[in-house]
Amino acid sequence: MKSAVIVFPGSNCDRDLAIGLERASGRPAEMVWHKEASLPEGLDVVALPGGFSFGDYLRCGAIAARMPIMQAVVDFANKGGHVIGVCNGFQVLIESGLLPGALMRNSNLKFVCKDVELITTTANSPFTNTLQKGQRLTVPVAHHDGNYIADSDLLFKLQSEDRIAFRYADNPNGSVDNIAGILSENRRVLGMMPHPERLNDPALGGNDGSHIFESLVKGLMVPA
Amino acid sequence: MKARVDITLKNGVLDPQGKAIQHALGTLGFGGVEAVRQGKVIELDLAETDPAKAEATLKEMCEKLLANTVIENYSIEVLG
Repeated sequence: MKSAVIVFPGSNCDRDLAIGLERASGRPAEMVWHKEASLPEGLDVVALPGGFSFGDYLRCGAIAARMPIMQAVVDFANKGGHVIGVCNGFQVLIESGLLPGALMRNSNLKFVCKDVELITTTANSPFTNTLQKGQRLTVPVAHHDGNYIADSDLLFKLQSEDRIAFRYADNPNGSVDNIAGILSENRRVLGMMPHPERLNDPALGGNDGSHIFESLVKGLMVPA
Repeated sequence: MKARVDITLKNGVLDPQGKAIQHALGTLGFGGVEAVRQGKVIELDLAETDPAKAEATLKEMCEKLLANTVIENYSIEVLG
């Protein structure tokens, strides 16, 4: 599996994400600076990391989503490429139009930084195919703007198309329907607020996050 | 020419910051504050001298970057 991690000024989970991808696939991820106008050839997966791109100015992810590399990422996704965005990466995916809805300030106005329990809501995606529906994972969250908003039509669509990837067992931010992560219509773009790359080593307290990277390797069925 | 863009949350979008401000005003003894909505103001200085062209450009700026039209409304004022 050939993967790339996009790096913006203020990204701070890019190296963890690269390690997650590398451990699962056995192949180092390429790091791609946001000013590049094109992606490396032959990629299977593009990953957008967490952090505070461009200082969260204007709106979280808004400036990053308009950088040159993002047009290439949008084209890659539109051609059926797999894209995962974690935390700030999820915000960038929404701002770039690859995922619907909006992420607003947490309902209690607090930055929330703790381990949360996630409920796998669908196993039918390239990111969750090694999990069982209903399987619980412990993964950290660390964000101020993770309150997922969708109007009733969009929420119904996400529910009826089985596009909610993960729900919170105990909602930390006010997200509608306890949504922690959603899939695109073709199921190949995943955005999630929790950080699987931050709990990917028993030495750090667990490796529940590794399922998502391992699912990608299995789901793509390409040699490492 | 100078221009000003006001960005506000759409009706129906919950505004936790507005709620917090409303609560704080109540704590300070300002009674009767029935609702507070927080938005943002962006002031721009443009080289353009034609107000109609400036307005068209500003609209494009709002659609492409300044506002998230999923949750926000914008209004443009060309100040001349």
